[in-house]
Formats: sequence, C-alpha cells, structure tokens
Amino acid sequence: MGVTAASLNERLDFLWETPRTLMGALTTVDHKTLGKRYLITAFVFLCLGGIEAAIMRAQLARPGEHLLSPEAYNQLFSMHGTTMMFLYAAPVLSGFSNYFVPLLVGSRDLSYPRLNAFSYWIFLFAGVFLYSSFLVGAAPNGGWFNYVPLTTRPFDPGINIDFYNIALIFLSVSTTVGAINFIVTILRMRAPGMTLGRMPIYLWSTLSTSAVILFSLPALTGACLMLELDRRLGTHFFDPNGGGSSLLWQHLFWAFGHPWVYVVVLPGFGIVSMALPVFVRRPLAAFEYVAMSTVAIAIIGFGVWAHHMFAVGLPTVGMGFFSAASMIIVLPSGISVTAWLLTSWTGRPVYTTSYLFILGFLVIFVIGGLSGVITGIVPFDWQIHDTYFVVAHLHYVLIGANLFPVVAGVYYWFPKMTGRLMSERIGKWSFWLMFIGFNVGFFPMHIAGIFGMPRRVYTYYEGMGLDTVNMVETIGAYIFAVGVLVFIVNVILSARHGPLSGANPWNGATLEWSTPSPPPPYNFEVIPVVTTRDPMWDEPLENIRGGNADPSRTLTSGRETLTTSVMHARPVGILHMAEDSIWPLLLALSLTILAYSSLLDVTIVSVVAGVAALLSIGGWFWPEPVREREGSIS
Amino acid sequence: MNELPGGIPNMLAPRGIAAQHLATLGWVLIVISIIVLILVLIALLVPLGRDREHGVDHEPGYKAREHTFVLVIGAAIPALILLGVYLYSMKDIGLWEFGSHSTADVEVIGHQFWWEVRYPKLGIHTANEIYIPSGTRVRIALMSSDVIHSFWVPQLHGKLDLIPGRVNRFWIEADSAGQYRGECAEFCGPQHAHMDFTVVAVPKGEFSRWAAEQQKPAAPPADPAAAEGRRAFQFAGCAYCHTVNGNGAAGRVGPDLTHFASRLTIGAGMLPNTRGALAGWVVGAQHLKPGVRMPDVTMSGEELQAVLAYLEGLR
Repeated sequence: MGVTAASLNERLDFLWETPRTLMGALTTVDHKTLGKRYLITAFVFLCLGGIEAAIMRAQLARPGEHLLSPEAYNQLFSMHGTTMMFLYAAPVLSGFSNYFVPLLVGSRDLSYPRLNAFSYWIFLFAGVFLYSSFLVGAAPNGGWFNYVPLTTRPFDPGINIDFYNIALIFLSVSTTVGAINFIVTILRMRAPGMTLGRMPIYLWSTLSTSAVILFSLPALTGACLMLELDRRLGTHFFDPNGGGSSLLWQHLFWAFGHPWVYVVVLPGFGIVSMALPVFVRRPLAAFEYVAMSTVAIAIIGFGVWAHHMFAVGLPTVGMGFFSAASMIIVLPSGISVTAWLLTSWTGRPVYTTSYLFILGFLVIFVIGGLSGVITGIVPFDWQIHDTYFVVAHLHYVLIGANLFPVVAGVYYWFPKMTGRLMSERIGKWSFWLMFIGFNVGFFPMHIAGIFGMPRRVYTYYEGMGLDTVNMVETIGAYIFAVGVLVFIVNVILSARHGPLSGANPWNGATLEWSTPSPPPPYNFEVIPVVTTRDPMWDEPLENIRGGNADPSRTLTSGRETLTTSVMHARPVGILHMAEDSIWPLLLALSLTILAYSSLLDVTIVSVVAGVAALLSIGGWFWPEPVREREGSIS
Repeated sequence: MNELPGGIPNMLAPRGIAAQHLATLGWVLIVISIIVLILVLIALLVPLGRDREHGVDHEPGYKAREHTFVLVIGAAIPALILLGVYLYSMKDIGLWEFGSHSTADVEVIGHQFWWEVRYPKLGIHTANEIYIPSGTRVRIALMSSDVIHSFWVPQLHGKLDLIPGRVNRFWIEADSAGQYRGECAEFCGPQHAHMDFTVVAVPKGEFSRWAAEQQKPAAPPADPAAAEGRRAFQFAGCAYCHTVNGNGAAGRVGPDLTHFASRLTIGAGMLPNTRGALAGWVVGAQHLKPGVRMPDVTMSGEELQAVLAYLEGLR
C-alpha cells in the first residue's frame, strides 16, 4: 500500500500532536515539551541559587561585614546548596535526557509518558514548596547536608528543617520515577539495530546515572523520613541519649550523597562525549573504554562515601579502605579524560562556543579531580576537611563537570530544540566571562582553606590573611555571574532571532540529527534502523529513515512505537503509548497539598489530600477508549 | 589589625610534629598535582597549533593503538602515581593514635559556641584556652554537650570531631612556646563562625606555675567595688550559668569564670580580654555575637563597673 509522505505526516500529527490550548499545556505528555520545561525550570533555580551565592559573596567580601545576620547567612548557604544539588544540577540533566533520550534511541517518546509528566510536576512543586519557606522566614538552615543533632527538634525547633525533609522526600519521588523511565526506555526502546555496543555514550551515562539514583536515593529518603519521625513523633534514630546515633545520619546521607555527585556529573561527561567528536570531526577514541568507565564510576561511586567523614574518628583500617576506593575511582575518570584529549588531538577541531565550553570543562574538571585526590588522602584531609579548600574543590567538580558541559550541551543541541542557531559572538563572550570569572572566583578559595578558613562561616576576622583572597573571590564570582547572564540573554535572543539551523548544522553523528529541527511531535515518521555507532556519518539518510511503505515501521494505528530486545535491539513488539492526561498533574497537586498539610500538621487536610491522591491514581489508570483508528491511510 | 592571640592558622606553617608530617604530605600532593595539571594543559593546547586539514589517521590498527594509549596514559600511569601517593600517605594514618591504655590529660567539651576545657588529673576547669607544656605530647579527649563540633588547631594537628554520645581521642604537641589559634571546623549553628580557642604552649616550669594558680579557688574581692560587683554578679543572675569556684557561683551553662582575668579572650576567641570589650560583652553579647547563649544583661552603670572590677580581680 503506497503512502505519500504528506498523508503520513498528517496522520502522525493527528495522533501525536497536543492541542495548543491551556488544557493541552496541562495535560501534555510530550517528552520534548517536558524536557524543555525541565531545562527552563532548572535554569530558574540555577539563577535563584546564584542570587543566594551573590548575596553571600557580598557578605564575605570584607571581614566583619554586617550585611546579613548569621541566621540569614545560614539559611542562604543551606538553600544555595540544596537548590544547586537537587533543583538545578540533577533536573537540568533530566531535562536533556527527557528531550534527547527518545531522539537518541530512535523512539517516539519515553516508555511511560504520564509518569514523565508526573515527574516534572512533582519536581516543580517540590521546588516551589521548598522556596515558600522564605515567605515565612523559615528556610532550611542546617546546610544541604543537614547534619544531626543540629537539625533535631531540640536544636532547631522551627519548621525550617521540616521544609527540607518533606521537600526532599517529595523530590525523591520525582527523581526515582524519572530514573525508571530512562532505564526502561534505553533498554527496551532502542531503534532496531542499535545493539548495546552501538549505543551513544550519552545513553550509557543516563543509564548508569539512573541506576545510581535507584540504589542511592532510598538512603536519603529513609534518612529524611527518620529525621521527620524524630522531630514529629519523638523517635530516637539520631538521639544518642535514646540509644540512637548522631553519626547514623552522616552514613546514610553520604551513602546517598557521594553517588549523587556522579549522578550530577556523569551525564555531563555524556554530553561531552557526544559533542566533542562532532566538533573535532572524528569518532570518539576508545569508545568502549569510555562507555565502561561510565559504568565503573557509577559502581565504584557507592564505595567512597566515608571519605566525607575522615574527621569523625573512624577506625584506621576503615579510613584506609575508603581512601583506596577514592583513589581507584580516579582511574575511570582518567580514561575518559585521556580519550577526550586523544580525540581532540587527532581530530580537526572547529572552535565553536560549544567546543570552547568543553575545553573549559576539561581544564576545570582536571583541577577539581586533582584537588579531589588531595582530599581523598586521609591524613591531609584531616587538615583541609571542612575548609574553603573543599569549597573550591567541590565547585571545580560541580561547575566544571555539570555547568560547563550543560552550557556546551545547550549550545550544541539548541538548534535541534528550536530550529535556530545561538549567536557565536555573544557565546564567546559568555565563555570567556564564565571561564575567567570562575577561576578568579574559586581558585583563591584553595588558599583561603590552607590559611585556615573553615566552611560555612558567615564572617571572618580581619588580619588573618583572608581579606584579599575573599575580595578577589567576590569579584571573580560576580564576573562569573555576568557570564551566566550573558549566556541566558543569548538563549532568549537566539530563540527569537537566531538564524535558521536546518536539521543538522554541526554534521552531528547520532539519530537526533536525522529529524527536522525542531522535531515533530512523533519524532520519527518512520522508526529508524541503525547499523553503526555513528549512523549519520556512516549511512545515507535514506537508509536510516527508511521508506514510508512499511506499516511495521510507520506505526500509524494509534500512538505507537517499537519495543526491542535488550542486548541486540531486535524488534519484539509494538508499544501503545499513553494519551495526554490531566491525572499526573492532579496527583502531583494532591501530593503537594499533602506536603503542606503534613508540614503544618493539619490532619483533616492531609486525609483529604491523601484520598484525592488515591482518586487521581484511579483516574490515571482508568481504561480509556482507544483513540479512534479510522481515517486509515489510503 | 588583629589583636587576637595566635597567628594565622596556616596548615603549611606547622609548629608541631603532627602538623609537620601533614604539611610535608600536603606539599608532596600539591607539587604532584601541579605537575599533572601542567601536563594536561600542554596536552590540551597541542591541537591548537595543528594543521586543521590533517584528519584522523586511518592506518590499519589505529584503533588498537588508541585503546592502548588511553589505557596506559589514562589508567596505568595514574594508577602507579596514586598507588605511590596512597602508600606514602599511609605512614601518617596512625598519626593521631592515642594509646589505648592512656588517659586524657585534657578533656575538651564542645558547647554552642564555646569550648569547655578540663584537666582531670590536675582538677582544673577553664574555657576557650588550652595551656600545654611545649615539647610534650598532650592527650586530649573530645566530647560534646549538644551538637557536633570539630577541634582544629591547624599549626599543631589535623581536625577531629566532637560528637555527642561518643568520645574521640587524639593528641597535640607544640615544638616550642607560643600561641596557636584553634577553630571549630564543623557547622554547629548560628555562631559557628565565632567558636575559636587558643592553645598556649609554655615551658614546663611555667606550665606548673600556671596549673598551681588555676587550682586555687577564686580570689576574694580585693576592694569594696569588687565586693559590690560580686553581689551584682549574683543579683543579675550571672551565677545561674557561670561558676566562680569559692565564691558561691556554680552555674554550668556557660564558661567557668574562676580565673577569668587570666584568660586572653572573651566570647570564644572573639574579643581581647580588656575592660572595654568586657563591658560591651556583658551588656550586649547578643549584639556582638547574635545567637550566643549569653543574654544581654541589664544593669546600671555603677553595677556594671562593679561587676567589671570583680571579674578583673579573678586572676
């Protein structure tokens, strides 16, 4: 049965397009819409966390400054850390994965579209919930690490810590369902022919990251729940006077917290492994080693948590073990860095803004990695632990391996998402402001730490060798902030006025570049077939796209996509995808009301919200009439 | 300029055997890191100067060579360096060990936001100041009465936490007489920034004289003003929180003031112990150190002067 391209597109649009109405916006399950929302929301939180940092740097610019009260400073640094780790660094990568995992695997959506919508709404509401604490002047004040017993009721009787606990419990729901969605999509929805060995590195990193989330996040969720029980019901998990342990929190928190570092940097590595080969115009060197390094980092990351605790008085043998594990995890990172260097060495680089950010990432991340080795050495860590040296280290790692790759990824994929190129001229300004500002702002923190400046202090004494370094840090941080603003301005201007990019402006190698820019709601009119790692380089486009004739690849009798086998990606079935639905939003809203009512101890509202949540789940799963199948293609 | 005791707490300017070991280790780590960083920067800059038309080398076997290169440069050589660094660092991992049969010379108990210091063998109670004989290993037991704090004198040793429900033990030793600044290194609440202390190392003979002075009960008021101050001290409620041994005040919430006038600082290393600073502290502690347990004490000018005279007599 012959099919014209026009009628096929019409049919797929009819099946997949979400109406451009308010209801459409609230009910959509389109992974691309949700991905963009994730990215924008995460950048809003990045700006909020950045404003908090800017206020703190003003307070610390001079010794003995009185701009902020100690309590205000403590709330700001707690919210800065919590925001950056939970509301920016992980969600921004979820944004990329939401948008690009289906495009990279050659599928029409993620495996559980409604769960995906739910995941976004819960993330948004958890962020709003956490930030509403500022309205009542009771933002979390125990740091993002929230150590007990400082955060137990006797020492912190307000609702500050309850905001933290409840927000993180709800956020963990969002992150967990997101991880499940990515794992199933990557393992079961790859285009025919995309064997595990042909899977792009970004998918390896998303897969590894998602597995890490599934196995590490329960430690945090459990710890927050236990702390909330201690605070509300008088249990004694963390109370040494009641047989609990004040160190238990630290073990649980870091058993989650260190793997989480890899959650927020591995997808950054993935972005680099995607974009760098394109800009140096050759395939990634030692591809298999980079893929396996990603997996190795994810696994070894579970064995290093106690290196955050070398000053608590652990047994010597235990410290030796965790120090050794912290040395070993350097090796897979070393393999990846060497592979990237070798790739750029033997390639023909094109110095786009995106590539500059990748080079910036390499410099910053290597410095962060080296200072990481220094902090991983037990005896010297007794000196630098909890000083500004560690503040420098963690910003070199997180800004280096998260923000720089993320910005590189935005410059790289922006044409795919919007159909327009970003300004290279403004882009180079944003790069140099960010790169220079970052190093001026954060490198002196190593020195402040060596001069004995502890972390989390709202002020310091004059004449202790800290005056100049702190002033320089503040100036650098402000230059860095201007660079981030220039980048954001570039995004906004280019989205409206950027030159049209076409489908594949960089000559990218992977499947997302085989679609129009921006891709249609169904991504691929024909499910693509893959025969190599770099299909766009190795195959003519017709071979990837295939003809319109084969109904087992056009899948037009509903919202359908292909499901394939785990190892070899052989087609095994046709998946019927969920339609748009309001229920994920209603469920998320009910849970948010539940969060507020449990915060304020209004039992009756909690009960009503709980029932509403159950009803929403019922509505979600209520069988719907299958979308009409008439109008079949003639 | 800073008039507080103890210089810059620079960990790379050690004044004790333990900190000396750690500083040497630190320099080794820093120098190796700088060398590796320079090599990586050179590797990054190489492609900048290369002929851009020269593409990837597709000779047979190039993939295998790339794999070998990545494995050797990225993993094998770093593994050797890391193994060396790790083994080298292990020589110092027992550096704080205390000896299981020893008892502590000094007990340090963390409070929000000050340090209680006891010498159990000598029967001395003091605060925010640790006198030690120079050239001697002083064993310290660390405890906390409330939240987690961390004991850190960068020029003498690394840090070790004070954890409620546990006792951590280690030691410090100063090579020579001097004052060394110590800090709380674990976030412990609103005034974590102002929880400092001073280690005062003195020759052995001087230490014995200091100990003998500290063991005495408080001096009785020397003049009528001081005697009036003692009454005001009781009347204003100071005695609910502070102990003045021998003068009837036995509060345990704040620092023991029996030999207050012999101390170098007020407010846990915050202010020099001068009459002006003390007056400001008594009437305005909440202004100087918001969140401290010490309340702003309301008293008349005469009462304040009397209390100052009394406290200054507690040598």
